[in-house]
Amino acid sequence: MTSTPIDIVESAEAVLGSGSLFRFATAGSVDDGKSTLVGRLLHDSKAILADQLDAVARTSADRGFGGEKGGLDLALLTDGLRAEREQGITIDVAYRYFATDRRNFILADCPGHVQYTKNTVTGASTADAVVVLIDARKGVLEQTRRHLSVVALLRVPHVVVAVNKIDLVDFSEPVFSEIAEDVARVAGELGLRDAVAVPVSALDGDNVVDRSNRTPWYAGPTLLELLETLPSTDELDDEHEAFRFPVQTVIRPQGALAPGLDEDEFRDYRAYAGQVTEGVVRVGDRVAVVTPGQAPRETTVVGIDVAGRSLEEAAAPQSVALRLADEFDVARGDTIAAAGTLPESSADLYGSLAWLSTKPLREGAKVYVKHGTSTVRGLVRAVTGKLDLESFEVSPASGLELNDIGEVQIRLAAPLPLEPYATHRRTGAFLVIDPQDGNTLAAGMVGTHPGDTEDERYWI
Amino acid sequence: MAERAEEQEAVAAEVGPALPLLDALEAEAIHIIREVVAEFERPAMLFSGGKDSVVMLHLAAKAFWPGKVPFPVLHVDTGHNFPEVLDFRDRTVERLGLKLVVGSVQEFIDRGELAERADGTRNPLQTVPLLDAIERNKFDAVFGGGRRDEDKARAKERILSLRDEFGQWDPRNQRPELWNLYNGRHTVGQHVRAFPISNWTELDIWRYIARENIELPSIYYAHDREVFQRDGMWRAIGEFSQPRPDEDVVVKTVRYRTVGDMSCTGAVLSDAFTVDDVVREVAASTLTERGATRADDRISEAAMEDRKKDGYF
Repeated sequence: MTSTPIDIVESAEAVLGSGSLFRFATAGSVDDGKSTLVGRLLHDSKAILADQLDAVARTSADRGFGGEKGGLDLALLTDGLRAEREQGITIDVAYRYFATDRRNFILADCPGHVQYTKNTVTGASTADAVVVLIDARKGVLEQTRRHLSVVALLRVPHVVVAVNKIDLVDFSEPVFSEIAEDVARVAGELGLRDAVAVPVSALDGDNVVDRSNRTPWYAGPTLLELLETLPSTDELDDEHEAFRFPVQTVIRPQGALAPGLDEDEFRDYRAYAGQVTEGVVRVGDRVAVVTPGQAPRETTVVGIDVAGRSLEEAAAPQSVALRLADEFDVARGDTIAAAGTLPESSADLYGSLAWLSTKPLREGAKVYVKHGTSTVRGLVRAVTGKLDLESFEVSPASGLELNDIGEVQIRLAAPLPLEPYATHRRTGAFLVIDPQDGNTLAAGMVGTHPGDTEDERYWI
Repeated sequence: MAERAEEQEAVAAEVGPALPLLDALEAEAIHIIREVVAEFERPAMLFSGGKDSVVMLHLAAKAFWPGKVPFPVLHVDTGHNFPEVLDFRDRTVERLGLKLVVGSVQEFIDRGELAERADGTRNPLQTVPLLDAIERNKFDAVFGGGRRDEDKARAKERILSLRDEFGQWDPRNQRPELWNLYNGRHTVGQHVRAFPISNWTELDIWRYIARENIELPSIYYAHDREVFQRDGMWRAIGEFSQPRPDEDVVVKTVRYRTVGDMSCTGAVLSDAFTVDDVVREVAASTLTERGATRADDRISEAAMEDRKKDGYF
């Protein structure tokens, strides 16, 4: 391969990159062709470059992929680790990038076996959509139900069910319709608002990027068309949510001003750095500063700075620095919120956990809880139930094991401004961390306090 | 199905605007940089003068404006660097008023602690001086400009990635990374690598350089240079990179897509003289940047994975 001058194509879209960002995750069971589907999406959307394709072609040929006919084993595009290629399995979440004229995609490719909950929870936590794969020959399996319930628990805005290997059921409409109905029923049980099924063949490319003429009975969008048009989390939420801003750090440059700036101008500069997690803030807005264990203090936003540029407003997920009218003592771990909107802080955390560690959880365990920019000690007072992912029933439990989803009560060493995850996907999330080795033990979602609602179940 | 599509369009009509791509990536990176600075005692940022580290340092400067970047920068000098890049590195450190820590591959070779490789490539030799600098300076978090789109092993890397007492990465046993809650807890002897631009692609980097008007070493732009061809790549003539008798030296108009060790980084033929030219060229490119320019990544399919497990960037 010799380097040659690169053809220069003038494409305004490609040059400007005017599209927005859309994050999605894929989840599937073993052998339902997920790596092939991901490879197909990347290949057909032209995200694979010549040298990557050469490598896949070489390895495919070495292994005799496709028999005499030959062909590309697109799954090779996504398996990144030596053990994955050797064993033909996917071990860990891998991130992929591709773009169309409309959007830029970040794909979290989540393996479907052994640590499937850990991987799916990881991928789904930041996803705008999850693509769940089903083998058309097998229909909705136990693992499909598990994947869908994790997606429901994590409140991913959209679910797309790719009914794969439709070529192996002779492009049968009745087979697809039956699976689509099963999916709709399970989605209904789980309270998933929006689960769309698409008949695809990852191997041949039907309805992945381009519409297939082998499924004339299907008039819906292709998988990629759906991903290009579903609204992202940020598009959905901004205007409806109240402003939330966990303070990351205080910027006070006294004595350590960036070179070239005027000492006099910035002598008294003080701003609170953070990322808008929900809602919108505007200069002049009344806000409350919430410090754990103290009454909220109200003040006014007088400036929103991004590296020397002053903004009139900022929305999630922008990273900015806020200047306030009053000189309060504000520190990391405090939250700045639209005045009067944040519930009273509480040291009693009720919520659900997706347990991601091989170390089991027992009642009485001492942990760290990381919520926003606060990390506090916590005592797991009770494990009050465990979700059966097949029946969606809650059964009594006294502990949790790897891949379990359960309800817990945690007593916190300091009160935190907790909001239910069901309505606050960003500020209702927390981590449970092992104080011994620092590992992440669980993904946590704040529930509603029992008694706050008639429904005693406080998850999902 | 048709009804569903209509429903979705109805939803789409109500939604607000999304943050443009570069703003979303910038916001994420600044959030990560601030988290690490707030939660660690002694962070440092790897800075080679390469485009990714230049963008990362620019983001750090924005994250703490009007304050100074609140940590030192660390460069592992292979001893085979492009002089233009070292000059750029020193000017940048001076301009931002930073402290520069240098780990030197040459010093390790001179002391007999590292052996020159038969192929003359020094990129894989950077790991030992890197880990030594981390240990000696007691850095507990090191920012790196690695991007997940660069390589298959990097695609599996977390944004905050734990390294054990030997600096090793264990890709099969990584912490789950949930929402934007980064867990940087570690025990004595361990450290964390932080990758704030994990989610950027090469094209995003160039679009951002264009948008923010960021200065880069001149070799990223097309220039005339004496080169010879080896392993399908154009190599520069220089103190550490000489043609063999059968390799003809010619003058070509080239630029560098990546800036590493002179002994293993190839140039590409290019007429991209300005940043806008480069953005167009990268957008239309049919080869990955590492495939086109890095001899060390052609050693095997798992070359990067093996280096990373040992503690490489």
